[in-house]
Amino acid sequence: MISAQAYGENGKMKEYHYTGPVEHKFSPYAFNGGTVLAVAGEDFAIVASDTRLSEGYSIHSRDSPKCYKLTDTTVLGCSGFHGDCLTLTKIIDARLKMYKHSNNKTMTSGAIAAMLSTILYGRRFFPYYVYNIIGGLDEEGRGAVYSFDPVGSYQRDTYKAGGSASAMLQPLLDNQIGFKNMENVEEVPLTLEKAVQLVKDVFISAAERDVYTGDALKICIITKEGIREEIVPLRKD
Amino acid sequence: MALQDVCGFLETLDDISPCTYLPSEMGYMWRTPFEFDRDSAFHFLFPPQQCRRKNRAPTLFSSAFSSLSPHQQPFHLSHGTTTLGFIFQDGVIAAADTRASCKGLICCPISQKIMPIHSHLVVNTSGSGADCMLWERILTREMRLYQLRHRKRLSVNGAAKLLSMMLHPFKGTNVCVAATLCGWDGDETQEALQSCMEIADVKEAMEHGTSVSTILNKSALGSEKMASINEQDAHALKPTVSDQNTKNVLSTFGGWSGPRVCYVCSDGLQLKGEIISVGSGSPYAYAVLDDGWRWGMTVDEAVALAREAVFRATHWDAYSGNNVDLFHITAHGWRRRDREDLKEEYYRERERKKKMIKDREKERQKREGGELAEGEGDIYSVCCR
Repeated sequence: MISAQAYGENGKMKEYHYTGPVEHKFSPYAFNGGTVLAVAGEDFAIVASDTRLSEGYSIHSRDSPKCYKLTDTTVLGCSGFHGDCLTLTKIIDARLKMYKHSNNKTMTSGAIAAMLSTILYGRRFFPYYVYNIIGGLDEEGRGAVYSFDPVGSYQRDTYKAGGSASAMLQPLLDNQIGFKNMENVEEVPLTLEKAVQLVKDVFISAAERDVYTGDALKICIITKEGIREEIVPLRKD
Repeated sequence: MALQDVCGFLETLDDISPCTYLPSEMGYMWRTPFEFDRDSAFHFLFPPQQCRRKNRAPTLFSSAFSSLSPHQQPFHLSHGTTTLGFIFQDGVIAAADTRASCKGLICCPISQKIMPIHSHLVVNTSGSGADCMLWERILTREMRLYQLRHRKRLSVNGAAKLLSMMLHPFKGTNVCVAATLCGWDGDETQEALQSCMEIADVKEAMEHGTSVSTILNKSALGSEKMASINEQDAHALKPTVSDQNTKNVLSTFGGWSGPRVCYVCSDGLQLKGEIISVGSGSPYAYAVLDDGWRWGMTVDEAVALAREAVFRATHWDAYSGNNVDLFHITAHGWRRRDREDLKEEYYRERERKKKMIKDREKERQKREGGELAEGEGDIYSVCCR
């Protein structure tokens, strides 16, 4: 069995050169890797995640997607500590059902985002170690992406990457979708086909350089017709 | 309270508090703290206490919160910013950058740090992003409740005290909120205002010798005083609440109305002042503000000063940058200026510097040309011809 104490923060192995006596303390957190990405368009939203579940130097599973379908118009992507991801999604499902039963309608994306913010802040002093991104359609049918930090600070974006490879993907998205740092560029609105192709390319690049990202990519495409899923293989090494 | 401390009464808080117990695999019990706030929106969950010290006498509020030893969090929350607020004769300016950073990575280049609470109050937040967002919502709720219950808006100082009291139970934890409340105190009841104006009019006329531009139709006493002191400007004005000059006068004398800036920190610090700047970029902002601030600035000057201060701070401080947001609050409410990208400002600055260098070159050449022309007997000048 792998000892949790061999891993320092962020899931990386600790130094094995002897530096002096070290106090080992139980840490309730572990880092299970994974990358999540969400893009909002005119009338669609895409939430994509890889399916690798790792811890330290090992891979626990190659088929553990991080996108969770909440309603017909909303998908939640969460990466970080898998235990907290599972509990959080169970709590959100329960709250969605409660809302449906007391208000006789499904929660909108904006409402789910606000609710998730308060759920996360309720654990301000022992946070859920999860990086969440919600993708869906708002009441007017336009794409919406809400990105969170582990304690519940959130805002609405057009695109956002979260998880282990987020620092690599976000600048690329800034350039390709946000047209940042480009001169004399014609800003065409993003079409669904181009967005899906972009997401696939971006994850292939992430798998090249990030050890915690790979195996397969699951894309959830949310339009007014419903949610469509696509699975694309990635590097398995 | 003293007896409680001596007897260690609050030590048995665990037994009497209404808790929900969820056993974890370790055998410890999770606890939720007692309701310090009668309608608290939050039930905070705490990890089991590692060390319970006997004979510890906690204070009334902080028993549940400050004694916990939180587990090492494997992530960092967003910090680092430049926000500023200052008052001047025509209101309050609140400005901030828009960068939210998280230990080296910019989480969000377009965050909004200035949030309006109500029509005449705006709060500049800095510190941890989630804390600021939540506490701003709680403050908005409490201000609205106050307004509904008492039929007048809570003053900026009152809001600061309220926020400080709400944050006090969290002292010692890693809640990090540093809020600057910028607003305009306006008294809705006109009688109180007018009586204040009488006293203020006399003082102002005597001390500053400037004109006082209101006539109080109700009080004859007021007009007499006016007439005796200042014959020049007795032009009639409606005794409305939104008279800028009077506001100025009243605030100068610590009256009930006028522009106000107040700083509240989760440590419990509360400051009042004329210029307040918070964040990692605040030293640079203070330098610019101290240099250019005058009470009698015009709106354009004030806006330019705030913008310049944030621009310089973003230049020197790594954790501030991207855009600058600006709000201007007057007696009529707050007004927001369009968000401006500071990237362009850098290019304009470079152009200005280039132009300055060129001008300096020209000056130098003119001077040198003049000197050469004077020294005619010199062999060098003969050669130059």
